[in-house]
Amino acid sequence: MTKAIISINHVTKDFGSVRAVNDANFEIAEGEFFSLLGPSGCGKTTLLRILAGFEVPSAGSIYIDGRDVTLLPPNHRPVNMVFQNYAIFPHLNVASNIAFGMRRSGLSKAELAERIEEMLELIRLPGYGERGAHELSGGQRQRVALARALIKQPKVLLLDEPLGALDKKLREQMQIELRQLQQQVGITFVFVTHDQEEALTLSDRIAVMSQGDVLEISTPGELYEAPRSRFVADFIGTMNFFDCIVGDYRGGVLSADSAELGPVRVACTTPPAAPGEGFVLAIRPEKFQLVFDDAGASANTVRGRMGPSAYLGDRSHFYVYLEGRNEPVSVALPNLARSLDRIRGVDQEVWLTWPEDAAVLLPREE
Amino acid sequence: MSASPSEPVRATRGGVRVWFMRSESARGYALLSPTLVVVVLGLIFPIVILTTLSFWKQDYVDIIRTFTLENYSAFFEKKIYYLILYRSIRISAFVTLVTIVLAYPLAYFIAFHVQKNKIMWIILVTIPFWTSYLLRVFAWKVILGYNGVINSGLISLGLISEPLEFLLYNPTAVVITLAHAWAAVAILPIYVSLEKIDRSLIEAARDLGESAFMTFVRVTLPLSLPGVIAASLLVFIPTVGEYVTPTLVGGTRGIMIGNIIQSMFGKALNWPLGAALSIISMLTVTLAVCVLLGGTRWFRKKVG
Amino acid sequence: MAATRLKLNGLGLYAIAYLGFLYLPVAVLPVFSFNDSQYVAFPLKGFTLRWYDELADSYGLLNALGNSIRVALCVSVLSTVLGVFAAKAVTRYRMHGRGGLIGFIMVPLVIPEIILGISLLMTFSLSDVRLSLVTVGIGHLLLCVPFSMLVLISRMEGFDRSMEEAARDLGENAWGTFWRVTFPIIFPGVVASLLLTFTISFDEFVLAFFLSGSDATLPLHIWSQLRFPERLPSVLSLGAIIVVASTIVVFVAEFVRRRGVQLAPPRA
Repeated sequence: MTKAIISINHVTKDFGSVRAVNDANFEIAEGEFFSLLGPSGCGKTTLLRILAGFEVPSAGSIYIDGRDVTLLPPNHRPVNMVFQNYAIFPHLNVASNIAFGMRRSGLSKAELAERIEEMLELIRLPGYGERGAHELSGGQRQRVALARALIKQPKVLLLDEPLGALDKKLREQMQIELRQLQQQVGITFVFVTHDQEEALTLSDRIAVMSQGDVLEISTPGELYEAPRSRFVADFIGTMNFFDCIVGDYRGGVLSADSAELGPVRVACTTPPAAPGEGFVLAIRPEKFQLVFDDAGASANTVRGRMGPSAYLGDRSHFYVYLEGRNEPVSVALPNLARSLDRIRGVDQEVWLTWPEDAAVLLPREE
Repeated sequence: MSASPSEPVRATRGGVRVWFMRSESARGYALLSPTLVVVVLGLIFPIVILTTLSFWKQDYVDIIRTFTLENYSAFFEKKIYYLILYRSIRISAFVTLVTIVLAYPLAYFIAFHVQKNKIMWIILVTIPFWTSYLLRVFAWKVILGYNGVINSGLISLGLISEPLEFLLYNPTAVVITLAHAWAAVAILPIYVSLEKIDRSLIEAARDLGESAFMTFVRVTLPLSLPGVIAASLLVFIPTVGEYVTPTLVGGTRGIMIGNIIQSMFGKALNWPLGAALSIISMLTVTLAVCVLLGGTRWFRKKVG
Repeated sequence: MAATRLKLNGLGLYAIAYLGFLYLPVAVLPVFSFNDSQYVAFPLKGFTLRWYDELADSYGLLNALGNSIRVALCVSVLSTVLGVFAAKAVTRYRMHGRGGLIGFIMVPLVIPEIILGISLLMTFSLSDVRLSLVTVGIGHLLLCVPFSMLVLISRMEGFDRSMEEAARDLGENAWGTFWRVTFPIIFPGVVASLLLTFTISFDEFVLAFFLSGSDATLPLHIWSQLRFPERLPSVLSLGAIIVVASTIVVFVAEFVRRRGVQLAPPRA
C-alpha cells in the first residue's frame, strides 16, 4: 500500500447513550477513492464529520498527513468537504461561493479570478460566475460545491452523499464525472454513501459499516465476490444463503451437505469449519443457471418450481422455490436472445446448477 | 508513516480545553450564559427578594426585617384583597375566553380561506398593536366615555337622547378593552397552529364521511389546540396583573389586583404587603393555569 | 386590499368586521386629532392643525421622546445581541436540558408585568441602585430578550447549519464564519428583532412606571398628560403620529424580510 494519508486510530463516538462509531481503526491511502458504505444510521456520516472536524471523537485519534488533528477545528485541517445538501451560500453568487475559502490565500485579485475561471472550466460551468446561488439546478449546485472545495487544493476531499439529491440519470452521469475528476486532480476522496451500486462503481476501496462498526474494508470486487460476513454479503447486492454441514475436503474442493440443496461441492483454499460442523453457503443470483430438462441428482444441482418473475430489460429476475425452503431462491439471467423461450410460467419444474467456484463460504453466526 | 494505529490512544488525555472541545453541551452553555445571567439577575434574584420581603413588615417608612406571616394572614382576614383577586381572575378568564372566541374565526379565515397574501393579513391584524398600548386603552376610554365617540355619535344620529352610562367604568369596559389589546397575541399562535395542519388530514376526514362541521370538531379543532392553549396562557397570565386598563376604563367596579398592588407601592406604602399580594397572585395564576392545562388534557382524551 | 379578491362568505364578513373592531381605536386618534374642538365627540367641528403645533412646542414631550428613543435603542441592540448568542446556542449545539433553558428565558413573557416591575423596584432599592433610565432599560431588556430569541431561533432554524460548517471547512474561524455567513443569512431576523424590541421598549409603560427616576419616557409623559382634559387633543395627535410612524416601520420591516436571502432555493 502507498503512504497513508488518513489514519483513524481506535475512534469511538458516543451521542449520549448511543454509540455512533465503535472503535474504527483503519487507514486510507494517498490518492485513493475510499467509500464509507452502510445503511442510514450506521455511523458513516459521523465518521466523515469526525474527519472534517465537526465532531470530536469521544475516544481515539485522527491523523491526517502525519499530524494529529483530533482536536483541530475544521478550519485548520487540510481537508475540505462537499455537503449532502451542498451548502451553497445563498447570499453569494457562484464566483464568491468558489472564492469563499481563498480569503487568506494571498492571491491577487487577478490571480484569484483566473483560478475561479479555471475551476469553472473544471466543473464545466464556464461563465456561471455571476449566477446567484438560487439560480442553479441540483447538479450545478453539486459542481459548485466541488469547485469551492477543490480550489483549496485539499489533501483529502470529503463527500457526504453528494449524489443523493439528484435523479437517477443525472446521478449516473455525475458518478462518471466524479471519478474522472478524482483521477484528474489526484486528491484522496472519502465518499459517504448508502448506495452500494454507487460505492462499487466509484471506489478503490470500500469500508462497510453497520451500527457503528466497520465490518469489512475491501476492494469492490472482493466485497462482491468474497464478502467475509453475512451482513456484507447481504448488504452488497442480492445473496442467497444456505445452511450446510462440512464433509470431505480433498484437492482444494470441499464436499458438503445441505438440507435444501442436497450435496454441494465448493472450491476453496481452506475449509470453513471442522468436518461435521455447520457453515453458510452464499450464492449470487447471477451465478445460477436455469435448466429445463431433468438434470439428475448430482452435486450442485437442485430441483425447484418457478415462482414469480420480473423483466428488467437487460436481465430478468426469477424466484425459484426449493423443497424444504420457505424463502425462494433469487436467480438472475441476462436477457440473451430467446433465452426465455422455454419458460412456461409459475410452477414449471426447473433445475438450478452452479459451478464449484461460484459460491462464497461464510461462518455460521449463532 | 508517522502515526500507526497501534499507537496508544492519545486523544483521551485530560485537560479543561480538551473537555471543552469534546463537549458540545459545554460550548452551548458558554454561548447561552450571558442571556442566562441576565435572566437570573433580572428575574430569579428579584423574585427571591420579592418573596423575602413578603415575610417582612412595614412600619411607617421603615421595613422591619424579621420573619412574619402577617402579610399573608392580612390577605385572608381582609376580605377586600381576596375579593379583588377573585374578580381579577374572573375578568382575565373572561377576557381570555372572549379574545380567543373572537380571534379563532379570524385565524381560521386567514389560514384556510386566504390564498394569496396571508402575510398581508397578518400585518394588517398586527398594525394596531404596533401603536402605543397606553394610547389604545386611552382611545377606548374616549370611545366609550359619557361624552365619548359612541354616545355623541348616537346622539347626533338621533338614536338616543341621553348618553348611555353603562359603557364605561365597569368590568365590561375592561373586558372590551383587553379583548382588543390582546387580540394579536391570541391570533398569531392560533394561526400558526392552524397553518401547520396537514390539509390532507382534513380531506381524509371528509373522505371518511364526516360532515364539514364534524371534521372541524374532530380534526381541525383538536389539532389547533396547542395554539389555543398557547394563546390562552399568553393572554390570561399577563392580564391578571393588568394595571393600566382598569385604571383608565374600569372605574371602582373594575378595580383589579394590579391596582391594589400598585397602591401598596404608592399611596398606601406597604411594600411587604404588596409583595405578599404579588406572590399570592402568582401562585393563584399558576394554579389556574394548571387547572386549564389539566382541563384541556381531559378534553383531548375525550375527543381523541 | 386583499379582501376585494375574496369570496365574501360569512367568515369573510366576520374577518372584515373584526378588523373594523381592531382599527376602531386606532382610527379615533387621527380623526379627532384634526378636529377643531377640545372635546372628543361628534359632530366633528372643523379641520385644524393646532394640536400638532402644540405638540411641537412641548419641551416635556420632546425630552421624553428623546429618553424613550435612547432607552429603546440601547435595549434593542443589547437584546438582539443576546438573542443572537442564545439562538445560536440552542439551535447549533446539542445541549442537555435545551427545552428547559428556552422555557426559563421565556418566563418574563408570562409573568404579569406589574410583578416584574415591583420585584425589580425592590431589588434596586434594597441594593441602593438609583432609579434612572438605566434601570428602566434593565427591565425592558428582560422583557425583550425572549422576543429576540424567538425571532432569531426561527431564523436560525430556517437555514441549514451545514452553511456554517462549510465556512469552517473552507478555512474560516468562528468569528469569520459568523460575519461572512451567519450574519448575512440571519440579517432579516436581526432587523426584525431590532424593530420588535425597539417598539416593545418604546411602548412599555408599567415597568417604566415603577423603575424610572426623574426622567420620564414617552409613555410616562403621555400618562401624565391624560390627567389634563385640555391636553387631550394633543395626546391624540401624538398618537396619530405614532400610528403612522409604526405603520411605516412595519412595512419597511416586511420589505426587508422579503428582500432577505431566500432560504429554500427552488430545486431544479
